[in-house]
Amino acid sequence: MQLWEWIKQPWPWYVAGPLIGLTVPLLLILGNKTFGVSSSLRHICAACVPANIPFFKYDWRKESWNLFFVAGIVLGAAMATQWLSSGEPIVVDPKLVNELQQYNIHDYSSIIPVDLFNWPSLFTLRGFLLMVAGGFLVGFGTRYAGGCTSGHAIMGLSNLQWPSLVATCCFMAGGFVTANLILPVILNL
Amino acid sequence: MEAREKKQPTIIKEANTDFEVRSLDTICINESQIRHPWWHSIKYLVAGLLFGILLIKSEVVSWFRIQEMFRLQSFHMYGVIGTAVVTGIISVWLIKKFKVNTIYGEPIELHSKQFNKGQIYGGLLFGAGWALTGACPGPLYALIGTGATVIIVTLLSAIVGTWVYGRLREKLPH
Repeated sequence: MQLWEWIKQPWPWYVAGPLIGLTVPLLLILGNKTFGVSSSLRHICAACVPANIPFFKYDWRKESWNLFFVAGIVLGAAMATQWLSSGEPIVVDPKLVNELQQYNIHDYSSIIPVDLFNWPSLFTLRGFLLMVAGGFLVGFGTRYAGGCTSGHAIMGLSNLQWPSLVATCCFMAGGFVTANLILPVILNL
Repeated sequence: MEAREKKQPTIIKEANTDFEVRSLDTICINESQIRHPWWHSIKYLVAGLLFGILLIKSEVVSWFRIQEMFRLQSFHMYGVIGTAVVTGIISVWLIKKFKVNTIYGEPIELHSKQFNKGQIYGGLLFGAGWALTGACPGPLYALIGTGATVIIVTLLSAIVGTWVYGRLREKLPH
């Protein structure tokens, strides 16, 4: 039963990383599909509110495999949380714990900081900026860039595409500036 | 006999009418020309399920881990993404070298990405969103699966963001 105990712990990067990388050949071999998640957002737009916009006028049904894939992500995450979790609080770097303390973030029981991401705080400026404005930037930015971490950073780099390297560097640059300069202002709200 | 015929996938050659869209935005464009009944897509549900388990068990969906990454306080995220990319590079190289086919016998097609300025502007904007929400699109779905129902709002907002991009696309620099 020791293996089972080990599985319930968070998996180290050298186990999880290669397995995540194997998603690339898995999807290619299953049916010539290029790994990418953010396109599902476009397919949802195309399926639900195309509004005669050329960008959403295509045969989304042909891409519906992607919607099955993201539905699988929801299910897999639910299963991992339900059955493969130790239930212990998430362990983060003490420097981060110190920093977050000054913004009254103390709860590490969940994979997301429940002090920040919860329904009541959605109606505060801080919660609105983190959850709604942040989500908007994720959707807008990934489509503008033509992909996200999976499509550019993993799939694109796997295929040695230099535009994907440019995109990945910009993801990181945007993240570094926002996390270190803008996020502290928002967390103080 | 009839049931057997149904199992045979039909090949539909289609005119490439959205070439411009494809050249700018090739992610997730399905290269397969074979059309299957819907239940063939269940294998992608299973693939997504495995990917979802990995996202949770590696904790890359955690806002805390993303903050550590952008503060250079932990190697974890770099290790996960780095080894995933190396595994992907080796896999794609092997697929090309041995001309691996799909399980339906189609040759695997990989196409190059065109550079456009959107990768810079969009990349920076997405990076900002990643730092705020602590999630890229895959993790948004995963977090909803963990029971964090409020993330549904973030996902809807991301869908709105995608829609607004589609609406403004012609006016944006590319």
